[in-house]
Amino acid sequence: MNNLNMAKIQLNGDPYEINNGTNLNQLLIKLKIQKNKVAIEINGVIVEKKKYPNLILIKNDKVEIVHFIGGG
Amino acid sequence: MKDTFTIANKNFNSRLIVGTGKYKNFEETANAIKASGADIVTVAVRRVNILNKDQPLLMDYIDPKSITYLPNTAGCYTSDDALRTLRLAREMGGWRLVKLEVLGDKKTLYPNMIETIKSTEILVKEGFEVMVYCTDDPIMTKKLEDVGACAIMPLGAPIGSGIGIENKKNIMIIKKQSLVPVIVDAGIGTASDATIAMELGCDGVLLNTSIAESRNPILMAEAMKHAVIAGRKAFNAVRMKKRSLASPSSPKENLI
Repeated sequence: MNNLNMAKIQLNGDPYEINNGTNLNQLLIKLKIQKNKVAIEINGVIVEKKKYPNLILIKNDKVEIVHFIGGG
Repeated sequence: MKDTFTIANKNFNSRLIVGTGKYKNFEETANAIKASGADIVTVAVRRVNILNKDQPLLMDYIDPKSITYLPNTAGCYTSDDALRTLRLAREMGGWRLVKLEVLGDKKTLYPNMIETIKSTEILVKEGFEVMVYCTDDPIMTKKLEDVGACAIMPLGAPIGSGIGIENKKNIMIIKKQSLVPVIVDAGIGTASDATIAMELGCDGVLLNTSIAESRNPILMAEAMKHAVIAGRKAFNAVRMKKRSLASPSSPKENLI
């Protein structure tokens, strides 16, 4: 898809399309992820939770969303 | 007798720390943790599965408000990866108490102590309380203590091996010289191994596979709980001296 209103980002290692101007809060809502259960890194930099609403994603951003799973 | 277990100025009731990996599902994980009586559980940091949004979450089964989550760096082979993982864990909800594990080799999962010491030093400077998985080498554990580790966690045997404590003498030396808690981490196979760790004077035991891979994890979790309590009580009671020959338990006088 080559829509001008869309931007391609890398989300947890895979290509993902978002609407231009999407902020981190909106991305989490779209993914149905509660923000208190995850941590997010953009282009290798950890983003504080309070900055989610103001952080607008742009083309080619590498987004990593992690959470706790079972481990030893 | 009051016998508190303190790590980084925080008191815990149970001296058993359990992992949350390798279980059939989260329900079994939660039941095993409950049966073990553990106050602290280790957890791993991994990518969220974006495709399956309805997958259950560990936090829905084990409440981090009632059980202390100990984020670990399992699977990290470099200092950079370990630091990145723990910084993410802290961002997730303010976790400062963490387990550092920097592996050196996929076959043995032995710790890379050079990277481990380097990482401990950085994490301590960043305000983390670092419990460190390490080799059972008293020189290395002393170095870790010097750079600020809040607990020393030597392996009993390789992770997931279930062999039991291979080098009891080293564990004893490490315990004797350390001013911070010493916790045997990895290698425990069954209840008696956990008891031995505690009888050696260790402050706690960390295990995962011995419960998760037993035929009945809930029953084994309960066994581990009692094993750690038994070993600790035996240590505090101070065992009898060994003799080379018998000593009768009934009086020798007034025999009929």
